[in-house]
Amino acid sequence: MFAAENGLKGDPRLQGISEAIRVVPHFPKPGIMFQDITTLLLDHKAFKDTVDIFVDRYRDMDISVVAGVEARGFMFGPAIALAIGAKFVPLRKPRKLPGKVISEAYELEYGTDCLEMHVGAVKPGERAIVIDDLVATGGTLSAAIRLLERSEAEVVECACVIGLREVKGQLRIAVNYRSLSMKMLRHRLT
Amino acid sequence: MSAYRDEDPRIHDIKTRIRVVPNFPKPGIMFQDITTLLLNPKAFKDTIDLFVERYKGKNISVVAGIEARGFIFGPPIALAIGAKFVPLRKPRKLPGKVISEKYILEYGKDCLEMHVGAVKSGERALVVDDLIATGGTLCAAMNLLERAGAEVVECACVIELPDLKGPGAIEWQAIVCARGVPLIMADDAILL
Repeated sequence: MFAAENGLKGDPRLQGISEAIRVVPHFPKPGIMFQDITTLLLDHKAFKDTVDIFVDRYRDMDISVVAGVEARGFMFGPAIALAIGAKFVPLRKPRKLPGKVISEAYELEYGTDCLEMHVGAVKPGERAIVIDDLVATGGTLSAAIRLLERSEAEVVECACVIGLREVKGQLRIAVNYRSLSMKMLRHRLT
Repeated sequence: MSAYRDEDPRIHDIKTRIRVVPNFPKPGIMFQDITTLLLNPKAFKDTIDLFVERYKGKNISVVAGIEARGFIFGPPIALAIGAKFVPLRKPRKLPGKVISEKYILEYGKDCLEMHVGAVKSGERALVVDDLIATGGTLCAAMNLLERAGAEVVECACVIELPDLKGPGAIEWQAIVCARGVPLIMADDAILL
């Protein structure tokens, strides 16, 4: 599931990537240690390495769709899509995409949210990956997978820069995901 | 100052892949939808290549992208020209210390934020967004970068709406010039 388990252990690029990620305590609310990838984007080499690692993995897997979850999935997905010759499909919050969309609701810690995809963006039988910066419970990624599967695409894998090991609730995601950086989540600061 | 000359053979295909959605987000607006461009790998790549060819080798170290569609075009450009990518975001999305810049919308105001320390004094920067209309958002973006001491070399947009520019000095470059008309009559044809 994580980089070390997927044969990337010892890849010299991983350390630079991990170190470029900044942790911001108490954001967006007290007790949350926020994993901030914007500092990774400021480091050209680390950003390029991140994209290259994903591209190396997916380029020969016959992937024709890279779906990115708004908004931080937009920062990684398109570069991967361009490099592997796939289309990029943005998965967005409600009412952002113009024209016909399909919607998938998912649960948050408190309440629900919703992800949308354009009708016709994806054709039956296409092989897809989903990109986001981080996977925690997998709720958002599960909604993304359902959108693609409702369009009869096959979701091959979810790719995230960061995977959080200890999260509240269970990991709901039914598809293999790969993340480059394993981070420990602490819910309470002592 | 405005759209590329149509001589580049790649531009025609890019233009035809942008979809116009009438009456979105509200009646009378002809929305220029770039998501259909992203569905064609060659046209999307050509779009990025046109910008990269223009900005490579110009000592640009910052590509700032405006949330959210600027996040789709900005990072590939940044990666190709060796620059950092700086997201400019709606309020309360960026963690940690930020600077904020307000700007005026048609009805009301909005605000753009940038991380403190993302940009160093003297850096040369681009701003990227999918579309330029009045230029209000781009002005706010430029102000953020200039407050951090950067020099904004140019604003790069896929689409330009030529008839809406407000006052203000922005240098921009667009690939496609779209005749988006803010108010339409029922039978008007849409011309790109």
